[in-house]
Amino acid sequence: MERVLMKGTEACAEAAIKAGCRYFFGYPITPQNEVASYMSKRMPVVGGVYLQGESELASINMVMGASAAGARAMTSSSSPGISLMQEGISYMVGCQLPAVIVNFVRGGPGLGGIGPAQSDYLQATKGGGHGDYNLVVLGPSSIQELVDLMKDAFEIADRYRNPVMVLADGIIGQMMEAVQFKFEIDPMTLPTKTWALDGAKGRSKRLINSLDLVPERLEQHNWNLQAKFTQAAETEVRWEEFMLDDAETVLVCFGTVARIAKKAIENARQKSIKVGMIRPISLWPFPQTPFNKVMAGAKRFLVVEMNAGQMVQDVRLAVCCQRPIRFSGKPGGTTFNPEMIEKLIWDLEEEDKR
Amino acid sequence: MSTQTYRPLYQRPRSLSPVRNSYCPGCHHGIVHRLLAELIDELQIQERSVIVAPVGCSVLAYNFFEIDAIQAAHGRAPAVATGIKRVHPEMVVITYQGDGDLAAIGTAEIVHAANRGERITTIFINNANFGMTGGQMAPTTLIGQKTETTPEGRDPLRNGFPLRVSEMIASLTGPTYVARVAVYTPPLVAKARSSIKKALLAQIEGRGFGFVEVLSTCPTNWGLTPLQATKWLEENMVPYYPLAEFVGGPQG
Repeated sequence: MERVLMKGTEACAEAAIKAGCRYFFGYPITPQNEVASYMSKRMPVVGGVYLQGESELASINMVMGASAAGARAMTSSSSPGISLMQEGISYMVGCQLPAVIVNFVRGGPGLGGIGPAQSDYLQATKGGGHGDYNLVVLGPSSIQELVDLMKDAFEIADRYRNPVMVLADGIIGQMMEAVQFKFEIDPMTLPTKTWALDGAKGRSKRLINSLDLVPERLEQHNWNLQAKFTQAAETEVRWEEFMLDDAETVLVCFGTVARIAKKAIENARQKSIKVGMIRPISLWPFPQTPFNKVMAGAKRFLVVEMNAGQMVQDVRLAVCCQRPIRFSGKPGGTTFNPEMIEKLIWDLEEEDKR
Repeated sequence: MSTQTYRPLYQRPRSLSPVRNSYCPGCHHGIVHRLLAELIDELQIQERSVIVAPVGCSVLAYNFFEIDAIQAAHGRAPAVATGIKRVHPEMVVITYQGDGDLAAIGTAEIVHAANRGERITTIFINNANFGMTGGQMAPTTLIGQKTETTPEGRDPLRNGFPLRVSEMIASLTGPTYVARVAVYTPPLVAKARSSIKKALLAQIEGRGFGFVEVLSTCPTNWGLTPLQATKWLEENMVPYYPLAEFVGGPQG
């Protein structure tokens, strides 16, 4: 199969098109502007629509409209823009509308910077907007994985009629790698959405709505949503196990940091350090199973993130005080190199000897 | 014995749902709903229309029309409508919005949908206050008008000036039809009907964006009887908000 050298943002856009997405709405923000420029070139060629909204608020609501009309639709943005989109995301959850939202995370808070970061983990995995809800959140650690997860993201969104977020970062967006596109879905072959707004011809009218002024009915609606999230939590959880067989020090990293940590682990392994890694791929649902598997052999966990400590909260819940957990973070758009992570591993070994 | 056949002269439009609406006595939403439903019937677009309901008094508009419907976040109806229209260009997409929704929180969305010449139709109800939340100041509240949040009357030094939305939309190059109408006398109702029809036809014929602002009473929050409210609208709102076809009329 042909391998193409592509930038992460452009590979993301092409993967969406190959996943059957024909409607892209977005607003420029660094570091993901090539998604929009790529879409603006490609969408007209494949019979789709690229439209630049007047804001992230407008863009996410255009996605909502296109989704309500029955199409696979998406947007892409970066942290400050994603904050603005939370209103629309919450409405789409309430309305049970699928969509894919890609966040190429940059350092915050506020306008922050344009360096790569993982500081939107909590926003992405704990709901993000108002109301009781979750998004399935997928965290790629390479451009190939970003490509593959785009297809999964659209499928999961349609399966649960709920938005899905792909949580990447500026590094994944801006670097280039060789990728393969192992799928090509013609949107005309996708199953008809029996709830979509396409005109009440020969049927009664359809309504897409998140409002219910009867609290008891709204409670039931919420329980129905929760049942979907429970199902998704069981079905959509995914992770990678890396050199865990005899691991005494277990790193927990996602996305770009996991990629860097692999090099550090390989280096430490050459020096006979028993170290491995759990890499959550679905950040929500967070994978519990690999923690249970490694607990007996693990002496300690080491969480490394490009933020001030966010996923570590989920690791604490997963480890449940059974082992010590160390955290090392770099917020604000800075990142690690393999030597820095290897040193963190060595420091833990040294502490053990003292 | 002779048999007589009767021809109905007046009946509920097919596109108007046979339910009680949620509007206060004397409010003009009901008249505008009926006009819109009559036109959906007349133009034979019931089976390909969708209404985007706002947040505000007409939030439940989706219950009152026998067409597909979606409820949008506050002010975002034109963006949602844009998304639907881009997927289904053959459909007739209508946003129905009040002055809190369209003239305050949703100014960006309406201005840009209009400026794109988006093939949608917007019905804009201007009743000079936020009705649903209990009568607070809206961008359309008149100078000196008392509301829940302007107890001494709207002071332009503190709260700025009433926003003439139709004139603002008409200043853009994008729109195909822009008009301000009222429905407090039968001739005005007929004119309003004609304007809404033109705005729908602009979309149906693929010509562009249609916008109709309807001056409406809010007897409940204005603290007036329906008749007093009509008089207040005529004497206070019409002089500041002139009734006219701004774009796409005989002179447009």
